[in-house]
Amino acid sequence: MHPLLTPIKRYGIYLSAWSPLAGILIYLMAVPGKLGWRDATVLIVPLCLVYQFVCLSAWYMCKAAPLQRTPILRTRFMHLVAAAIISYLWVELARLLAYGLAQFPTFRGLDERFAPQTTVLYGLGFLVYLLSVAAHYVVLAMEDSSKAESRALETSILAREAELKALKAQVNPHFLFNSLNSVSALTSVDPAKAREMCILLAEFLRMTLGLGEKSSVPLSEELSLLHRYLAIEKVRFGARLQMQEEIQEESRSIQLPPLLLQPLVENAVTHGIANLPDGGIVRLCGQSHSGRVSLAVENTFDPESTPMRNGGMGLKNVRNRLEARYGKEANMRVSAENGKFRVELSFPSHVEEVKS
Amino acid sequence: MSKKDDEKKNDKKITALIVDDEELARLVLRELIQTRPEIEVVAECANGFEAVKAVAEHKPDLIFLDVQMPKLSGFDVLELIGAETAVIFVTAYDQYAMRAFEVHAVDYLLKPIGRDRFEAALERAKSRLGQKLPPAPDLAAATRPPKQFLERIVVRDGTRVTLIPVRKLDYAEAQDDYVALASEGKKHLKQQTIASLEACLDPDQFVRVHRSYVVNFERVARIEPYGKDSRLAILADGTRLPVSKAGYARLKTLMDQRL
Repeated sequence: MHPLLTPIKRYGIYLSAWSPLAGILIYLMAVPGKLGWRDATVLIVPLCLVYQFVCLSAWYMCKAAPLQRTPILRTRFMHLVAAAIISYLWVELARLLAYGLAQFPTFRGLDERFAPQTTVLYGLGFLVYLLSVAAHYVVLAMEDSSKAESRALETSILAREAELKALKAQVNPHFLFNSLNSVSALTSVDPAKAREMCILLAEFLRMTLGLGEKSSVPLSEELSLLHRYLAIEKVRFGARLQMQEEIQEESRSIQLPPLLLQPLVENAVTHGIANLPDGGIVRLCGQSHSGRVSLAVENTFDPESTPMRNGGMGLKNVRNRLEARYGKEANMRVSAENGKFRVELSFPSHVEEVKS
Repeated sequence: MSKKDDEKKNDKKITALIVDDEELARLVLRELIQTRPEIEVVAECANGFEAVKAVAEHKPDLIFLDVQMPKLSGFDVLELIGAETAVIFVTAYDQYAMRAFEVHAVDYLLKPIGRDRFEAALERAKSRLGQKLPPAPDLAAATRPPKQFLERIVVRDGTRVTLIPVRKLDYAEAQDDYVALASEGKKHLKQQTIASLEACLDPDQFVRVHRSYVVNFERVARIEPYGKDSRLAILADGTRLPVSKAGYARLKTLMDQRL
């Protein structure tokens, strides 16, 4: 819908902007020309009423030819031709009106007195149309910027939501109950191990809570959380769970959103290792070079096992968080080949944080 | 083995099987069971395949069955072992499974397992020994979250277990109390009604074309008229299946949806 028509108030403002224009037109018709004030008013007021409506049509032309995306010559040509045609039609309408009025005895001879003024009217119509084009471009630009603003606001809200959701999903009830079951088993056969497990669990939970409050952590901190997690799962799965790590020394200090890798490692265990009767390997890789970080979590998996029940919510969350933080600079690749499931993340190592 | 001697001494002993893929989880159950002299653990299994084999071998009265296990879940095992054995499911946390257990009055234990809860489940199971369980496919269907359909079908032939991914299932044919599942040129028999199988399959992929046939839509090459009011579905491999009037209507609806 046309932006000047929708709230009726705006249309009122537009109309009131037209009244001085109409005044100027009447003046130009009456004073330098041979038309009297009365003749000029009777002629110009209806013409202006028509023309203000016609000028609104510039909106569609402007929308069809946005300034940034249309070659400037084409835009100019298009609007000039439109102005020429429209003002010509307008002048023809004026002539018709003058002729019609001249039929009444009061306005006898109006058409003849008007005839020399047609060029002036044509020129003015041309200019006014172009003015309306310019005004419409201004309105368009204003709309764009307010849209961009609300979009930016929306993305920042989405980013925040994704973060929150991701954090809430961290401590999986399955994981907790299974770990507690392991502890309860160990209390009779290996009390020392049971105590160690309790401590691991407590440390893991404390770190999860603590990390969630920060916006970035060094990789080394995320890794120590993962080590706790894997140590706990190792108690459950025993020899079925094996771990490998290839972390480049320099990359340990790079910053990343907290708990970014944790859901990936959890997936690797619950959807990979847990589905393999003979277990498998979870591998963590980390590198940073030329301003970019690349991290990977890889695990053995059973290609015949049924896909994960929660439809890959963990993966989706990680993707959303990466996008929210790094935008197009971030990259996430998921592959499943030769019995290996691999998630690779890559993002710039130094980036100003999105302020919200 | 001492098992035979035990049976002679006390033929009322209840035989039990422990099935869990985690060593520590089996250990907890073993400890709890050891406090009850009337129960004897005849075997422990770390996965569903072992469990199916052990059931055939030992014919236990009672199984403690973990739900989440690799390859074959607890429900798959239940489907494969028949209804003669009392089952106590063991799970950490599974909202759908817990609801299904309640609906079907199957005993279940939540990890970590408390002694009181264990004793109560045991009493209930004992009182129900010899009674028939609810049909396994029904229970399995009830534990499936809404809008999720079967990904694969488990079939047992003696002690051999076969997994048929549903995308490889060509068609299913009702044969008395069984369904014959045709997949990759072979036929597998399973004790299930065709209606309950149909209910577990994605209706956008499988069509009941006839009272006795469910067909994989992807396999249908063409439909030919056959006599009055009935038709034949010709599958990609040349198999000809009868299509009833109602079956043809269902096929047409699906075809229109796909177009």
